Amino acid sequence: MDAHIQVKNLDAYYNKQQALKNVNIEIPKNQITVIMGPSGCGKTTLLKTFNRFFELTENTKLTGEVLVDGQNIYDKDVDVTEVRKVVGLLAQRPSPLPMSIYDNVVYGMHLHKMKKDRKEYKEAVRHYLEIAGLYEEVKKRMHDPATSLSIGQQQRLCLARGLAVEPEIILGDEPTSALDPISSQNIEARLLELKQQYTTVIVTHTLRQAKRLADYVIYMYLGEVIESGPAKEVFGNPKHERTKQYLEGLF
Amino acid sequence: MSESTSIFSSNPKTEGRSPRPSAAPRTRRDQAARRLFFIMTLLPIILIGIVAFALLVRAWPILSVYPLSDLLGGTVWKPNDGIFGFQPFIIGTIWVTIVGLLLAVPPCILVSIYLAEYAHARTRTLAKPVLDLLAAIPPVVYGVWGLLAIVPFVDDVAAPFAERWLGFIPIFEVTQPTGFGILAGGIVLAVMIAPLIVSVTFEVFLTVPHDLRHASLAMGATKWQTIRNIVLPQVLPGIIAAVVLGASRAFGETIAVLMVVGNVANIPTSVFDTAYPLPALIANNYGEMMSIPLYDAALLGAALVLLVVILIFNILSTLVLRRVARRKWA
Ligand SMILES: Nc1ncnc2c1ncn2[C@@H]1O[C@H](COP(=O)(O)OP(=O)(O)OP(=O)(O)O)[C@@H](O)[C@H]1O
Ligand SMILES: [Mg+2]
Repeated sequence: MDAHIQVKNLDAYYNKQQALKNVNIEIPKNQITVIMGPSGCGKTTLLKTFNRFFELTENTKLTGEVLVDGQNIYDKDVDVTEVRKVVGLLAQRPSPLPMSIYDNVVYGMHLHKMKKDRKEYKEAVRHYLEIAGLYEEVKKRMHDPATSLSIGQQQRLCLARGLAVEPEIILGDEPTSALDPISSQNIEARLLELKQQYTTVIVTHTLRQAKRLADYVIYMYLGEVIESGPAKEVFGNPKHERTKQYLEGLF
Repeated sequence: MSESTSIFSSNPKTEGRSPRPSAAPRTRRDQAARRLFFIMTLLPIILIGIVAFALLVRAWPILSVYPLSDLLGGTVWKPNDGIFGFQPFIIGTIWVTIVGLLLAVPPCILVSIYLAEYAHARTRTLAKPVLDLLAAIPPVVYGVWGLLAIVPFVDDVAAPFAERWLGFIPIFEVTQPTGFGILAGGIVLAVMIAPLIVSVTFEVFLTVPHDLRHASLAMGATKWQTIRNIVLPQVLPGIIAAVVLGASRAFGETIAVLMVVGNVANIPTSVFDTAYPLPALIANNYGEMMSIPLYDAALLGAALVLLVVILIFNILSTLVLRRVARRKWA
């Protein structure tokens, strides 16, 4: 397997309470990995260690390694902003920045001075809005506030905005849980389209969504990874009793 | 909206159902409590109205004799000759307030950025009571401190420094040799209003949801980029409101300023000039020399001016702060 992210002996603590216990997993490149497990088992925490958002919470401690393309992102000489540029995040609730639709998409590109002139920025904004499947809906109102969009549109805007900084990995923490079914499908379709070019890691509570999206599955329970493997194997023939029970809906 | 209101306000009695026995007294008690709270809330407003009205009545003798423009614009204050020009006092108040704000605001903003965005949770929980404590120190203590520390500092350090390096700028011209004056008053004021400005500004920073900061950070923004591009534009109106609140506090501050500002009724042109702010004028003179005709009315007129200005400042900042707190995010 061509692993894009490798997690080695990862332990994570909030205050003194351990939220991740000796996690060792590999996440395959350019596939969709789905993290599943009951509430409070550490899915969000694990995801946050991939873009170093975990350290934004105070009084936390982390030991072990997370390697992206073989580089430990927790090494002292690693620039955290570079990590977050490579590892993009689609949050649970869409959080449009308090500026126009256009400015939302251009924001990250400006941060990293990714384009030469206005024309290039404008083209890029259009390009990423098209990828996110939003361009047709907003092309006449680019300079309206982003908050004037519907929640589903906002989430697609957040996707466009995240893609605009050219990440290699997309993290999604229940990215469709705040959305209506049509908007959810829309986001799912985008993620499936994008998986050739991006490594995608999604947390979800819906088994059906997991089955629709997953190439690779990680099942967690109480801070531990119980089982991980290709979706066919985990869904078709779970090795562990707990995974089986969870998949049968016993949790 | 109107439909839902009508649903909730529909009275069970009118629908022919007898209400539960406990409902009526409970509702009545609820309404009584609400009315009581309403009156208690109204009380300060009524009080301010009464005070303003009383001042107006007492100041009327002079307001009816001299046109307002003569009083506010007049530069000479000679009560014995019946000349009452408020301008030196108004200008003096403005000078001291502006110097105080200029000294206080930049560091206060930096401190609140630090507290809200960078400080550890422990520092933050410690900072709040310390700020409250600083805000609770009686002004007279600040005044004494100004006399003992700031006036000598202005005299021995600031004035010689200005004379040596800044003398060519008119507003830094050293005009008198005592250390008492606008700069001393401004420094004391700055220290007094700082806790207020910091705590209000800090609260305003807290109204910005974490999601916004995280959205920016997630795209690889640095902390400072996030603060500058996302947080500061959001809190700017709040910061302005905090400054206006500080200004109104500075404008009305009496005793601490009075002790260090010199109290000479001139129109200042330099920060080293003495000044005679409005509150000091009232505090120093009210109750004395009341035999002079219209003197009493003039002082109460000054009080009215002070009250109106401070009310306007406060109302403005309250309105802005309320808008900030209620802002829609999602
Ligand atoms: N900020 C925090 N401070 C303290 N403890 C936390 C914090 N965030 C999470 N935890 C704890 O860490 C554990 C893992 O939480 P996490 O949010 O990763 O679970 P999750 O699998 O994402 O759950 P859910 O499916 O409900 O989102 C839980 O026991 C939780 O209580
Ligand atoms: Mg979660």
